[in-house]
Amino acid sequence: MTGTGPLRWAPGLTLCLLAVPVAAGLIGTLVPAFAQDAAGFRALLDWPGLPRAVALSVGTGLGATLISLVITLLLVASLWGSRVFAVIQQLLAPLLAVPHAAAALGLAFLIAPSGWLARLVSPWATGWTQPPDLLILNDPLGLSLLLGLVSKEVPFLFLMALAALPQTDMARRLNVAQSLGAGRTASFAIAVFPSLYRQLRLPLYAVLAYSMTAVDMAIILGPTRPTSLSAQVVIWMADPNLTGRSTAAAGAVLQLVLVLGALALWAGAERLGKPVLTRIAFAGPRAHGLDPAARLLAIIAGLLCAGALILGLAGLALWSFAGLWQFPDAVPANLTLATWTRAAPDLVLTGGVTLGIAALATLMSLALVLACLEAEHRFALTPGAGAIWVLYLPLLVPQVAFLPGLQLAALRSGAEGTVLAVVAAHLIFVLPYVFLSLAPAWRAWDGRIAVAGLALGATPDRVFWRLRLPMLLRPVLTATAVGLAVSIGQYLPTLLIGGGRIETLTTEAVALSSGGNRRLIGAYALLQMVLPALGFALALLLPALVFRNRRGMAVSG
Amino acid sequence: MSGKLTLEQLSITRAGVPLVALDLSVAPGEVLTIMGASGSGKSTALAAILGTLAPAFRMTGRILLSGRDVTALPLHKRRIGLLFQDDVLFPHLSVGDNLAFALPPQLGGRRARQAAVERALEQAGLPGFAPRDPATLSGGQRARVALMRTLLAEPCALLLDEPFSRLDADLRAQIRSFVLDRVRDQGLAAILVTHDAEDARAAAGRVVSPLGIALSP
Repeated sequence: MTGTGPLRWAPGLTLCLLAVPVAAGLIGTLVPAFAQDAAGFRALLDWPGLPRAVALSVGTGLGATLISLVITLLLVASLWGSRVFAVIQQLLAPLLAVPHAAAALGLAFLIAPSGWLARLVSPWATGWTQPPDLLILNDPLGLSLLLGLVSKEVPFLFLMALAALPQTDMARRLNVAQSLGAGRTASFAIAVFPSLYRQLRLPLYAVLAYSMTAVDMAIILGPTRPTSLSAQVVIWMADPNLTGRSTAAAGAVLQLVLVLGALALWAGAERLGKPVLTRIAFAGPRAHGLDPAARLLAIIAGLLCAGALILGLAGLALWSFAGLWQFPDAVPANLTLATWTRAAPDLVLTGGVTLGIAALATLMSLALVLACLEAEHRFALTPGAGAIWVLYLPLLVPQVAFLPGLQLAALRSGAEGTVLAVVAAHLIFVLPYVFLSLAPAWRAWDGRIAVAGLALGATPDRVFWRLRLPMLLRPVLTATAVGLAVSIGQYLPTLLIGGGRIETLTTEAVALSSGGNRRLIGAYALLQMVLPALGFALALLLPALVFRNRRGMAVSG
Repeated sequence: MSGKLTLEQLSITRAGVPLVALDLSVAPGEVLTIMGASGSGKSTALAAILGTLAPAFRMTGRILLSGRDVTALPLHKRRIGLLFQDDVLFPHLSVGDNLAFALPPQLGGRRARQAAVERALEQAGLPGFAPRDPATLSGGQRARVALMRTLLAEPCALLLDEPFSRLDADLRAQIRSFVLDRVRDQGLAAILVTHDAEDARAAAGRVVSPLGIALSP
């Protein structure tokens, strides 16, 4: 409409920034895996832990995804519109901002044999005066890892579902189906689920890929001997001799194949499920008996997820202020600032580096996303399905499959271990989330405002800076907070591209987790959680302050 | 500044179906009415004159303003003012900032701009309203601010997109005469798009359908 210019190139450039590093990283990982007659693969196959590690990856990945999906659907199906739903929504929404490592550490402090739960019921109920010799944490079946993944993925899927609900016309469809005699659960399954699932597909694929390959959560909660495949790949990468690297590369390739296989399996199940659902709908089930059970299950599961995370995080906070805290005591004997004062210099430095990296990666992502969305508006572009897939690419391809290749490239070019290289690596993961967070609000903006501004003689740039951007301050700040939270939580990109020389709160918290200093772990994990929370608080408060005298800018709905 | 608005053999089709066929001129101070039911091509004609026509439409002909061919110009360079069905005041700006947004950038100096805004508010019978939140104004007050904002941008012609249809009956006549009086005072060529015969009569000018057929209101 207004000619070309650099803005026209923003979408293409952005897609390249996502696709090229992933593709280059994959090649950089594949080549060493097949080098020297595939020595890496032979070493991998010789590793006795392989079958277990593979089973763990597939089992926890599929299990966590399926359980998280079921809980999310139960919540939406049986509680939507009720008071309990509002409570659960208020509890789950802020938990999205909690970094995976902090959530895992909180959970570990909660369920460990010497953890808070055991303390709360000891000795009066259990008779334990010493921590019991049980392998709850790091259990060989990966159940605690599964629990950690579910408690972190449910908030994500739940909020994605909430965002998708307006497009499913849920209220009216439920009313129609229920007025035809179907129970609430059956109405949801037949009338709402198909269109909701279509919107949840890509987020679900991302959850599946992430759950199969999470490294930080696996290090903290997962089994140790053997670990999950991805965690083992990172251990091999740290191996100083060269065979370690090629074994790691082979493991990364196997991990990629496993994820692709699991995604194909999931997509196959979708195809099988579709005719089944149609046949069920044709049979016209009422299933009123299902409703109370589904409702109860939803409440229990929702509160368990939120409760596990919230209690875990409270435990982290308490440990960081704990003085003497012997085993069966439910609370510490005294509170002290000793941990914080002792760690203050390190915390300030590490926290500063963490924030600096997050701020740079987020601001760059925000600039690119805004340029893309504005180009979409000005040149009337409609993003194709391919563009959405590229956007999800960094979230679908396992980090261990392409980051080793990128690390190699960074090493060769001398960029490894520099802050800017880490920022660039974070950008790959921050950008998709910033886009997904901002795009719906940006596109929903009333286009007549732009026409009115242009008709008053304002240039498109002036309309952007003076009308659209300030009017969308709220979603822009929320997207910024999302970006900061994503960057602060990044473990593997920081570790690998930073070459171990760039320390953030997340890498420090994970590194400390193998040691026994709960107070220090608590301090790092708490700060790791507080920084993103502050971002979201500002995103809420600033617009309220700026627009305090503008009734037309109040939050609606 | 104001001048003749000419639609020269303006023809718009969509998928081969003719929607708009207009070949006419609107003199300064005249209000031409394009009348038709919804879906009759009124808004298509409007979009064509503004230059915001979607690519699915095929347009031929020219649009001339004061002898200047604006057919290929982007909206912000056409100098065609627009009044919507709703006032479309910018909700994040004060009433005064809404008006100041429309002032030409050449009008320099904070003082001069503030004075221009205050003058416009006085003409609209809203002195001292500059710091107000637009959301706290009544419907009639908002409609008057919207018109003053459009006029402050010093347009060469004016498009009125059913600007009275959302107003209450008693307010409607009052706002309509306020708008039409200003248009004649400033000698602007104006096109009113409406489905309401009463609006068309009040405009007291020629009335045509989107396909160029003369109608009697």
